[in-house]
Amino acid sequence: MRKSHEIVAGFMPLLDSAILVAAKEMGFAQAEGVELILVRETSWASIRDRMAVGHFQVAHQLAPMPIAANLGLTPLAAKTIAPIALGLGGNAVTVSNDVWARMCDCGAPADLDAGAAGRALRAALTARAREGAREPLKLAVVHPFSGHNYELRYWLAGSGIDPDRDIEIVFVPPPLMADALTAETIDGYCVGEPWSTAATLAGAGRIATVKAAIWRSSPEKVLGAAAAWAEQEPEALAALLRALCRAAQWCGAAENHHELAAILAGPDYIARPAEWMLYGLSGTLAIGSGATHRIEDFFVPFAKAATFPWKSHASWFYSQMVRWGQVAHSPENAAIARETYRPDLYRSALKPLGVALPSANAKVEGALAAPTPVGSAGASLVLGPDGFFDGALFDPDKLDDYIAAQRR
Amino acid sequence: MPQRSIPLSILIIDENRLRAAVIEEGLRDAGYDRLTVVHDVVGIARKIAETSPDVIVIDLENPNRDVLESMFQLSRAVQRPIAMFVDRSDQASIEAAVEAGVSAYVVDGLKRERVKPIVDMAISRFNAFARMARELEEARSQLESRKLIDRAKGILMATRGLSEADAYALLRKTAMNQNRKISEIAESLITAAGLLAPPEE
Repeated sequence: MRKSHEIVAGFMPLLDSAILVAAKEMGFAQAEGVELILVRETSWASIRDRMAVGHFQVAHQLAPMPIAANLGLTPLAAKTIAPIALGLGGNAVTVSNDVWARMCDCGAPADLDAGAAGRALRAALTARAREGAREPLKLAVVHPFSGHNYELRYWLAGSGIDPDRDIEIVFVPPPLMADALTAETIDGYCVGEPWSTAATLAGAGRIATVKAAIWRSSPEKVLGAAAAWAEQEPEALAALLRALCRAAQWCGAAENHHELAAILAGPDYIARPAEWMLYGLSGTLAIGSGATHRIEDFFVPFAKAATFPWKSHASWFYSQMVRWGQVAHSPENAAIARETYRPDLYRSALKPLGVALPSANAKVEGALAAPTPVGSAGASLVLGPDGFFDGALFDPDKLDDYIAAQRR
Repeated sequence: MPQRSIPLSILIIDENRLRAAVIEEGLRDAGYDRLTVVHDVVGIARKIAETSPDVIVIDLENPNRDVLESMFQLSRAVQRPIAMFVDRSDQASIEAAVEAGVSAYVVDGLKRERVKPIVDMAISRFNAFARMARELEEARSQLESRKLIDRAKGILMATRGLSEADAYALLRKTAMNQNRKISEIAESLITAAGLLAPPEE
């Protein structure tokens, strides 16, 4: 008889908790001998603390969180590894109706193009300043160590807007974003679904651009695992990784989206209408004023090696921590960031499944202009397109140059 | 040796007003009188700047903890670095706090023995509050059970012509046979009676 592993996982009510939720609800965990217990949390801080004291063995985490923990940048940081990613993309940048009207006056695009939207926002900010507005616009993200913070800043900076001087970046929990926009305590935000849909359906704002337009096929959440537990229970971790891979495959299939949306809508998960989930799952977003727009690769749970923990993703997040003054650059720190991601554990756990396993641990980010077959084991693999909106490349082997080039 | 050091300034953030009051009372009784209590984090940066707390106590489930921590990170509103708890090596104390559902942020450089009594007090008050809430919940559910059983007895008396004692005996026997609580049996019976009853006008 196969040994059964009890694993307790913390998660936040977000669309990209889907893979964990499906692993439990659709029986993928059970099939691997894992009794998966999911605990919904109210803050990323709470997830981190409960991992530190051993309540959780693993958790749904913002991809930069385990890196920040290992660099000693957060309180109560216990050593954490990222052995699997929980999909690519999934975020949107939503602005208030007032900001959107100003952006439209400055030529904002209807198609969510990040470059054009950024130029419109910059022009709108200039016009606003000319009219004598003193307070900067407030844009919210969910956490200092989040994909949201870095992609928003990357987009702003790449559009000629200084995220520290021309804008004020504030922090708001995801479920409270739409209310904060309605209450005019913020002017816009970058968040995962369904918390942009929450605002656009209520008529409180307009999606200006999306993560997939800023950096297509970019990393967002990972499964963080307590390093000490992972070392003691390698079989339990491997079984969980196989279950999550199967669950990701199921989540990625369009024919399952209605069932998945209904599960996520449940009171123990996101506790919001199932229709809200379908926008993000299908990639046809409700962008505001009743309009919809289809985004290729808005949220990718499985295809394009979406669960593979690329070391180049870890290095890019690290480069942004350095860029925005969260950590000093050193070869040691860069190595800590890289080693947080564990493609070796991913490969060894998933080998029996026969799914596509990339041959490389890292890649040049932003290099693929079109879908491209790449070297893999198990099954054939196509990656890309994966470009940054400004056409830049991130070569993890030239980290020093990249960091030097983005210094302000 | 300095004489007596200035009492520490403490900020309590809790959306639960009752619990906040319980903690405040405990700390006041222990001689801490530089206390500020807030129930939401709107305008919290200003509050921190005004009161310049040495210790911040916040409930673990507060969704705004990420907001609070990011403030410490930016350290614009907060002039001095703040760390979580006082001593990361004090694992037992951290575990006790997380179990109790409370977290504490402490200004860097404070001595452990000055902060520990505050954290311990918060932990014990959080635990006491949880116990109180649990007892209240139990009392409520006992009351609910009694009401359910009374209604089920009434249904049996009306439909089967049983005496009150016999109706209760039947409920109890069914519960024992099915290894369930009497209140559960009563609840199913009420539901079933509701489904089978002729539609009301």
